[in-house]
Amino acid sequence: MTASRLKSSKLANHLLLTAISLLMLYPVIWWLGASLKKTEEMALPTIWPAVPMWENYSKGWHFSPEFSFAHFFGNTLMMECWNVIGAVLTSAVVAYGFARLQFKLRGFWFSILLLTLMLPGQVTVIPQYIMYNHFGWVDSYLPLILPHFFGGGAFFVFLLVQFIRGIPRELDEAAKIDGASVYGIFTRIIFPLLKPSLVTVAIFTFIWSWDDFFGQVLYLSSVEKYTVGLALRMFVDQFEIQWGQLLAMSLLSIVPSVIVFFLAQKHFVEGITTTGLKG
Amino acid sequence: MSNVSALQDDAKSRPKTAAGRLSRLWSKNRSETNAAGYIFISPWLIGFLLLTVWPIAQSFYLSFTEYSLLNDPVWVGPQNYANIFLNDQLFRTSLGVTFAFVLVAVPLKLFFSLMVAMLLNKNLKAMHLYRTAIYFPSLIGGSIAVSVLWRNMFSLDGYVNHVLGWFGIQGVGWISNPNTSLGTLILLSTWQFGSTMVIFLAGLKQIPSELYDSSSVDGAGKTRQFFHITLPMLSPVMFFNLVLGVIGAFQMFTSAFIITKGGPVNSTYMYALFLFEKAFKHYQMGYASALAWILLLIIAVLTGINFLVSRYWVFYESEGGKAK
Repeated sequence: MTASRLKSSKLANHLLLTAISLLMLYPVIWWLGASLKKTEEMALPTIWPAVPMWENYSKGWHFSPEFSFAHFFGNTLMMECWNVIGAVLTSAVVAYGFARLQFKLRGFWFSILLLTLMLPGQVTVIPQYIMYNHFGWVDSYLPLILPHFFGGGAFFVFLLVQFIRGIPRELDEAAKIDGASVYGIFTRIIFPLLKPSLVTVAIFTFIWSWDDFFGQVLYLSSVEKYTVGLALRMFVDQFEIQWGQLLAMSLLSIVPSVIVFFLAQKHFVEGITTTGLKG
Repeated sequence: MSNVSALQDDAKSRPKTAAGRLSRLWSKNRSETNAAGYIFISPWLIGFLLLTVWPIAQSFYLSFTEYSLLNDPVWVGPQNYANIFLNDQLFRTSLGVTFAFVLVAVPLKLFFSLMVAMLLNKNLKAMHLYRTAIYFPSLIGGSIAVSVLWRNMFSLDGYVNHVLGWFGIQGVGWISNPNTSLGTLILLSTWQFGSTMVIFLAGLKQIPSELYDSSSVDGAGKTRQFFHITLPMLSPVMFFNLVLGVIGAFQMFTSAFIITKGGPVNSTYMYALFLFEKAFKHYQMGYASALAWILLLIIAVLTGINFLVSRYWVFYESEGGKAK
């Protein structure tokens, strides 16, 4: 291939990728503009409104007479905080057990763990609901937070096991000679080295539980405890929807996930690559 | 980090001789790590027994009962299953809708994510910008916010119809029309191909570039390379994406719940939505448990078929000998 042909094929690729990126982002760009539109302008093909209605944001923020969105954001962030702590701590512990320790039935339990990745949640949700109802935990955050303290989910354990297997065993051996127990090796050697993948676990946990609408609909019923997602649904179910305000608040609702994603973007893609999905 | 090298690590750490193995088995050290192993995995193990095993058993029992949360479950035998298969028109409708969704949405998503992943695998400047832009919709994908956006854009006097109007096309109410409503949900799911794409990209990066170099010396064109190198080398990743894609698509809930509420005329009444309404709107817990078990069996059978068929098209490097 000659240099000029190489250049033009590069240019073609750039053009194609730019086109695809714009196509993918177009709804989001339209969304930005629409959140500032009046209801009558909503359907007009212009991206940006003639007069931006900034009050869509202030009115939407206080759409419910009882609580402002600050309250709903507070609820969701509090829940998220516990979820992330639970997932990060316990997934690291469990992954260390699977990756480094020899114990009976290890292979068996690990295949079970991978099998649960494929289990549809619908099969367990009804008895779980009945159980939480029995404990009097329905309409509290406990059913949403607690599962994260049991290893944080099979996917994260798998991800961390793959990562720990990549850490040279010589480090463990050296610590062992210095008299460290398996617990010491975990807290002083493995856990600190796991930091980059734990960031991935934290991001995924944050974003997925932010979007876990099904669980939130199921377990939270009083408005006082609503998350951002549930508040938005309450907004949608109103008799006459104020689209501008609704779209403005929907847009704000994705801001935390977007910030988390951009802060840790490097870890995000790396984390997925370390799973070594090659078969 | 491939699985193979991790397995080799394990093999190295094990004593080779039988005597060595035996002495290790009986040593104090061994039983110590045995206990430690279970201590370390206990968070997962307890959660698994409490939140997975017990509920599965419970749900199997409940599927043979009538239970409304208020009274104790009443044993009715296989009556729930009989009613579902023989009398329930909604069951048939929701199953049909869900199969249609899976059959169209999964291949579309696989196709687009592979094509875009191949473009992103090229060595160009600013690649991370494109990658971020294309991944972005998937980041916000499952959220209710996107469902709200979709509902507005595809309404009768929504944005989409205005754009179509420029080209002289008279749009319909995409969401209120039973012929197109499922299509809008499929489009929404296809728009979020990001995570599938990232996995394809990771797979593409592991294909040795020598394969392409030597084949182009032999005179193979781009198309030939795609079918003879890229696809076979990528088939394990494709298989992974297919299996998880099918499982995920069967459980699609939020967008059907928010955008269409299953309508119009049940044209988007997905199985997960049907199950949710039976359980948590009508409080027919026994009936809904039977529905859940049917879903589990369908997914198990389809995954089984996927695994069986995979023998004919998935190529594993370690089995087929090292590709040159």
